[in-house]
Amino acid sequence: MKFKGTAHRYGRDVDTDVIIPARYLNTSDPAELAKHCLEDLDKEFVSKVQPGDIIVADENFGCGSSREHAPIAIKAAGVDVVIAKSFARIFYRNSINTGLAIMECPEAVDAISQGDTVSVDADAGVIVDETTGQTFTAQPFPPFIKEIIEAGGLINRTKAKLGK
Amino acid sequence: MARPMTMAEKILAAHAGLEEVEPGQLIECDLDLVLSNDVTAPIAIKEFEKIGTGTVFDPTKIALVPDHYVPNKDIKSAEQAKIVRDFAKKQGITHYYEVGCMGVEHALLPEQGVVGAGDLIIGADSHTCTYGALGAFATGVGSTDAGVGYATGKAWFKVPESILFNIEGELAPGVVGKDVILHIIGMIGVDGALYQAMEFTGSAIKSMSMEERMSISNMAIEAGGKAGLIEVDDITRAYLDGRTERPYTEYHPDADAVYAKVYDIDAADIVPTVSFPHLPSNTRPAAEARDIRIDQAVIGSCTNGRIEDMRQAAEVLRGRTVHPDVRCIVIPATQLVYRQCMEEGLTDVFLDANCAVSTPTCGPCLGGYMGILAAGERAIATTNRNFVGRMGDPTSEVYLSSPAVAAASAVLGHIGLPEDLD
Repeated sequence: MKFKGTAHRYGRDVDTDVIIPARYLNTSDPAELAKHCLEDLDKEFVSKVQPGDIIVADENFGCGSSREHAPIAIKAAGVDVVIAKSFARIFYRNSINTGLAIMECPEAVDAISQGDTVSVDADAGVIVDETTGQTFTAQPFPPFIKEIIEAGGLINRTKAKLGK
Repeated sequence: MARPMTMAEKILAAHAGLEEVEPGQLIECDLDLVLSNDVTAPIAIKEFEKIGTGTVFDPTKIALVPDHYVPNKDIKSAEQAKIVRDFAKKQGITHYYEVGCMGVEHALLPEQGVVGAGDLIIGADSHTCTYGALGAFATGVGSTDAGVGYATGKAWFKVPESILFNIEGELAPGVVGKDVILHIIGMIGVDGALYQAMEFTGSAIKSMSMEERMSISNMAIEAGGKAGLIEVDDITRAYLDGRTERPYTEYHPDADAVYAKVYDIDAADIVPTVSFPHLPSNTRPAAEARDIRIDQAVIGSCTNGRIEDMRQAAEVLRGRTVHPDVRCIVIPATQLVYRQCMEEGLTDVFLDANCAVSTPTCGPCLGGYMGILAAGERAIATTNRNFVGRMGDPTSEVYLSSPAVAAASAVLGHIGLPEDLD
């Protein structure tokens, strides 16, 4: 998978409550959730995000609640990939399972600035900051995780395994 | 002879059908219970239906607890709860809890004997780690993992490294399990145990009630932990015996088990603690927070809504009234706790103190309903998270504390300690 878009740069410990506040969890409709994505962290995000954009953040992205509404909202808002120094465990799982591309790459996060154009080859793990011309390599996924991603998420992998 | 293992490693190995596992290993395990609630189950059900098995793997091993927006907050929440109810009926789910029987899930399931030592549990709720206090490996997952769990009774895990917290000595009077876990999170940070299993031990833990232990394990996730385990002892057995609906298994850590890190903590160093906005790790001694005026106090939740928490709050509130500028909301976490509060006269104490006493719900903890904060308002809460906007407006603030500190603060009108009341 290859992506190219504008970087939206955030700090550490971006929690799932600011990704999608619980006041909107009385629905699971992706389009509805997308309208409020990152609302309590960056009110402007929803109005400025373009399809294909990229979120770049420091450590522990997605900490807090297990709500799958968080990766769903990010994806439905048009973001293809999140690059962070590290991800909170449940968010990491949820992203793999639901097919939101994530990459761990502290060097890239340090180098990318708000508004940079970034291109990503998720399969090769290569991140290029087109604005500065720098290239980075993300941590590769273990083969088992790769298998889930390649199957198109955990549901498809489970279906294949069960012969459904 | 298997390699020496921690509690987490032993439980995971047993459920993967392996003699031994080691950190980093990816394994597939059989689950004893798959839990979800009215927020996470609707998505899990949708994902489950895509798989195409038609029926769940075992209707006795799925728990559906509508507790977040239930009793229904609004029409949308009512629709969500109805999806869960209809699914439970269609699939013959034995552990579905309707309004009137339900409670806050992580208080309810241990109380009802649905979870026990040695279990491997996934829950589509991050505070599923609470059951580690019973000697189970329990971890929060998302809805898709839960949906696959409904269909197959299995989940994939990366075996985590374990870190040991050895808390030795006696806690000072007025210092409780909540203070211990806030102290630890303050010490290691909100990602201090990321991807790792936390194991709590030492004489301070071994002399603690199950309620306090559950408060500690409950907040393992607030340090990024995958699980928060406590070894089974006589106190655990006294709680589980005659309560669990299935036989339970004890897994004790080997003496030479390998821990990624060991923290030795002197219990005497722990004081009544408050987490300031906007992270649970932003801790300070409650005694240094007296200048923080509050508009609301919330006593309840999966962290501190059990009977002992109610007793500690009532002891402070007895014969006193809540400050006129404060709304104090008390939420016993289950119907049984609610009834115990009535039988022990605690409900009268709360009502006499001008507290609002609610039927069980997660409501205000996640900013759902039943106590939402206006712009700029501040709450002290016995809950588990104080992120931006957690209890209402993004400019409101949440301070986390023990039940006694929350109750004292409700009377004082600012953060304070029970001894400030005399």
